Amino acid sequence: MRPQMMKIFENMRADNALTVQNAKDNGFKVVGMFCAFSPQELVLAAGALPVSLCGTRQEPIPAAEKTLPRNLCPLIKSSFGFAVTDTCPYFRASDFVIAETTCDGKKKMFELLAQYKPLHVMHLPQGTDRSGALQWWLEEMNLLKERLEEHLEVTINQEDLRAAIKLSNRERQALKNLLEVNRLDPAPLTGMDMLTAIWVRGFNVDKEEGIGLIEQLTEEIRNIAGQGISPFAKGTPRILLTGCPVGTGCEKVVRLLEECGGSVVCYENCTGIKTLEYLVDEDEQRDPMEAIAERYLQIPCSCISPNPGRLELISKLVADYQVDGVVDLSWQACHTYIVEGELVRRHVRDNCGVPYIQLETDYSTSDIEQLKTRISAFIEMLNGS
Amino acid sequence: MYTVGIDVGSVTTKGVLLNGRDWRHVIRPTGCSPRQAGLEAFEELLGQAGLVRDDISCVIGTGYGRISIPFIDKAITEITCHARGAHHLLEGADMVVDIGGQDSKVILTDGRGNVVNFAMNDKCAAGTGRFLEVIAAALGADVSELADLARGAEPVQISSMCTVFAESEVISLLAQGVDRGRIIAGIHRSVASRVAAMAERLGKGGLILFTGGVAKNDGVREFLARELGRETLVVPESQLAGALGAALLAREKPVRKER
Repeated sequence: MRPQMMKIFENMRADNALTVQNAKDNGFKVVGMFCAFSPQELVLAAGALPVSLCGTRQEPIPAAEKTLPRNLCPLIKSSFGFAVTDTCPYFRASDFVIAETTCDGKKKMFELLAQYKPLHVMHLPQGTDRSGALQWWLEEMNLLKERLEEHLEVTINQEDLRAAIKLSNRERQALKNLLEVNRLDPAPLTGMDMLTAIWVRGFNVDKEEGIGLIEQLTEEIRNIAGQGISPFAKGTPRILLTGCPVGTGCEKVVRLLEECGGSVVCYENCTGIKTLEYLVDEDEQRDPMEAIAERYLQIPCSCISPNPGRLELISKLVADYQVDGVVDLSWQACHTYIVEGELVRRHVRDNCGVPYIQLETDYSTSDIEQLKTRISAFIEMLNGS
Repeated sequence: MYTVGIDVGSVTTKGVLLNGRDWRHVIRPTGCSPRQAGLEAFEELLGQAGLVRDDISCVIGTGYGRISIPFIDKAITEITCHARGAHHLLEGADMVVDIGGQDSKVILTDGRGNVVNFAMNDKCAAGTGRFLEVIAAALGADVSELADLARGAEPVQISSMCTVFAESEVISLLAQGVDRGRIIAGIHRSVASRVAAMAERLGKGGLILFTGGVAKNDGVREFLARELGRETLVVPESQLAGALGAALLAREKPVRKER
């Protein structure tokens, strides 16, 4: 039984494009964010609407390839393509764009993108294991705050920051609760539906309303699970998906995993748990900017070197979600995730005791059959067929 | 109990009919219709044995064309089937190197026919049967002659992995007057080292069975054995490992599709 609420989530990206436009007409400012490192608390505290701009569709890639090299990751090409073809309503609506130096491809792409929108690139530290890393990142936060205040013509005060921290933490907790329904075996929600539900958070204009919808969905799924209903048979191999971000439009690996007999029970990637695991410290005695900086720097992304947090998180999730196999999705030419894959492979082999496979692909459909063979064989292996 | 495995590969379609210890096979080109090739292989097997569809307990389809054959009871990937078939063909084999028409695979098994880990080449044709065909054509040879032509020759260094660029490289080597045998040996070595690199990441196999159409090329096998540093064997039925594995799996875990 598919939750009724899913219908609302399916249409949310399209519906919210109109809501964003209406909000703009009513004088609201919109701030586009490219990545999980963008601190949405600052945008909320500025009274603006944060929206996600991460490109997850194939359609604008050919247009991007007129400017960018072909052997660049599809996420960068898709993001840039949406901007240059003016086909993303959220990019169009953005009054200001926040980007980060997460990888070499992105940071240079942002230099080109700056022609299209007022854009600020935050400089991430290379790693978190140096004494100056947090201070560096805090200064970057302060710089962003200044830029936002200047561009949006507002003043971001401590009180608004604290309120934004609480609201964002509630959103994270609501999403985490939703993801955790699939700790049940068999999982009550398909990985495909879970992806649809968690991905649209980036397009939620009204955060309160969004949190309410997520809570309703979670409640409905718990009821369904309470009746012992699941879309999967007992014994269906349970998959943890890690690696590059996945969104609607580039969900082909998730779809194939489930079509070939698996159940994607957990997303470790930045679409999922990676960005929800850590909350911002709400301690009123602390400087909220420092608390925000500290939390975002904990995100275990492969662009951080070294990145032991990802391995620890995978170990924890394999246990928490009773995972049978780890699938590491790397977008072609995403050097940091592709190379880190070898460390993940060794970690999973030596510490988790479950099979691991790395899949390297792009957003196109050209390799669907080859992927299907790899994925089917992996599932057959998990089934001991 | 009769079972059948049909392996529809990108270049050839293989069928195995299994009954107890006996098995017979057919091999035919896949051509442009994997569906037709699969059906013909199946009918030929039935015809040879004087059987009809209902005499067969279970038919398992495998290979890239497994999705296009309607008469099967179940589809299983060639990775699982090759592992099972290899175990039957070569007792004690714990690694299978399968180089087919459009892809190459390395499969690590538990020594009893079950897959433990595997790796597949990327989506291009580098280091596959198709690669050898293209190169053979550029050298004015048939793919079946390559091993003989290269025998004993010192391999020339081939740096391109892409089929198209390797063809250009071969043509320029010919223009420089490099001996054809040395070029072919170089191509054999480049195919082998590409596959060996995949194998290294999976861990050590003790006894390796080399399967797929390219297993018929002894030049590639020799370089593989050298690169892998392990015994790498080809048996006469190597090309049939996938179809045989499918027929064996059909017998061990029979399923019947409602029809």
